[in-house]
Amino acid sequence: MLMPITESFKIAIRSIRSNKMRSFLTMLGIIIGVAAVIILVSVVNGYMSTILESFTSMGVDRVNVSVSNMSSRSLDPDDMYEFFDERYDLFENMTPSVSVNMPLKNGNETMSETSIGGYSEDYIDIVDYDIQYGRSISYADCEAEQNVAVLGYYTALELFDNADEAVGQCIKIGNNSFTVIGVMERQDEDELEEGGTDDFVWLPYSSAAKMNFSRNISSYILTLRDTDQADEATAAIESFLLEIFKSDDYFNVMANSSLLDEMNEQIAMLSMMLGGIAGISLLVAGVGVMNIMLVSVTERTKEIGIRKALGAKKGVIMQQFVIEAAVTSSLGGVLGIIVGALGTSLVGGAIGINATATFMAVVVSFSVSVGIGLLFGYMPASRAAQLNPIDALRTD
Amino acid sequence: MRSLFKREPLVLDDGVAPGEPLIELRDIYKIYVMGDEEVRANDGITLTIRKGEFVAIVGKSGSGKSTLMNIIGALDTPTHGEYILAGEDTSEMTDDELSEVRNNRIGFIFQQYNLLMKLNLLENVELPLLYKGYGKQEREQKAMEALKRVGLDGKWRNTPHQLSGGQQQRVSIARALCAKPSIILADEPTGALDSRTSREVLGLIKELNEEGNTIVMITHDASIAMYSKRVVEIVDGKIVFDGDVNAYADHRKLQDSN
Repeated sequence: MLMPITESFKIAIRSIRSNKMRSFLTMLGIIIGVAAVIILVSVVNGYMSTILESFTSMGVDRVNVSVSNMSSRSLDPDDMYEFFDERYDLFENMTPSVSVNMPLKNGNETMSETSIGGYSEDYIDIVDYDIQYGRSISYADCEAEQNVAVLGYYTALELFDNADEAVGQCIKIGNNSFTVIGVMERQDEDELEEGGTDDFVWLPYSSAAKMNFSRNISSYILTLRDTDQADEATAAIESFLLEIFKSDDYFNVMANSSLLDEMNEQIAMLSMMLGGIAGISLLVAGVGVMNIMLVSVTERTKEIGIRKALGAKKGVIMQQFVIEAAVTSSLGGVLGIIVGALGTSLVGGAIGINATATFMAVVVSFSVSVGIGLLFGYMPASRAAQLNPIDALRTD
Repeated sequence: MRSLFKREPLVLDDGVAPGEPLIELRDIYKIYVMGDEEVRANDGITLTIRKGEFVAIVGKSGSGKSTLMNIIGALDTPTHGEYILAGEDTSEMTDDELSEVRNNRIGFIFQQYNLLMKLNLLENVELPLLYKGYGKQEREQKAMEALKRVGLDGKWRNTPHQLSGGQQQRVSIARALCAKPSIILADEPTGALDSRTSREVLGLIKELNEEGNTIVMITHDASIAMYSKRVVEIVDGKIVFDGDVNAYADHRKLQDSN
């Protein structure tokens, strides 16, 4: 009859408890290893998802089109609109995008950081902003090339003392004067700054193009109905543009979602790399376990001798030491998970990102730590089991 | 009424009737090779010990008595020769088989007690039963019984540190007894004790023999051998005397007078 395994567990737990310092030091390696894996992987994940989030707010459903207009071949906005209407199944919104490089005057001063652009009535939906005062750009404004402007909250505050007083006033861009028809809701809750998200002027794209002395527009933004159709949509635009330009050297179509895919790939690679580095620390912890277990076998040669003399077989001694290693490393693993989870929120809080311990990091680091505990516990255990009871009894 | 006053003796029923051979050593050699030299620790020992005997194996240090004890205790196997313990030939056994023989047949009493210092007395005593695969309840009951036999049942919660040397040796006797082995093998059981405590411990061992236990005691001290019934003296790995304790006393006197 063999001794039941529960007894081996009891012996192992008693041995861990009666050597608290040694057990703790063994566990320390595992605790640090597991915590390091969890913190590194989780913080990187948290950081990446923060980046992704801001990327998403930029619009993953957007497709950016830019063309190089020439005198011989050029893209007329009306043709682009015609295409858009035809493929209404793929695209939801479209706006031409015209950047204006003329100074915005504030009295005698120039607001050089303010971004000034011409867009269609769809733009407000594309960027998903809300209007605070007045109204946004309309289809009619674009058609009639109206000299109207919508201001960002910061811009309105800078130009006029109160944002609600801006509507109806005039602003000067270069030598042209525009009537303010609306002010957008504040976007950045934390700060209002020059060149920030709240510092902009929107004009009807046609008016902006007129200021640039050009009827052709080289940049468009479209939004997809379904981001899964990004490839199809990109292809549709490309074939449309190819017909006009005859060569794909003169235009570029870029779906943000494809950037996102690329980014996700890079994130996965980065967290795998960091996980690997942290994994090395786990391996070192495993060597620590082996070291302590070897010392423990040497230290307890006499105990092993006594147990063998009283009838313990090799397997039973083996069991005792392997279970001891397994229990030590799993306890260390559990403590490491706790430290790792706490550490993740602490580090996340310190660098200002929302990081939580990822399930994968917890599962992988725990199983690796128990795995190495068993693996590195096995060798000392088999050494212990092989001890000759006579020699073992003779040691002091 | 008798059972009220006389304890039930803790003796194993191993199928060997009292007076029948329990230990049969046939031409045992244990040879160590050290470089070019051959050391014959046991040099052709033949010895039979019957059930119920109390045998002292006497010898100076280096005489080969410890080697003989290791073989009798199934801690080691001979280079040549047969060792039959309760009808089983152990000479060719594997490590695990020897463990099983030790577990079932032999109760060890060591000079240095060899108790596990982190366990309490009850846990120490029940170790052989643990390796037999007994359940907790049965273990504790039998271990407690054995502790009672040596008069330490009241201290079962203590650890060996809290005990005197004599008490520790009594715990190791209880441990040897509790699995009801075929033989109790005592290796210098009083080697670490003062003379008064030694007498107590030897008295206890003698009582165990009177209750029917077979005792083999290894000692270098002829005066301690006098507690036994039969003495086997070993010099240079060979038996030079084997006989009744009284005959040994005469043999000693004769040697001293020479």
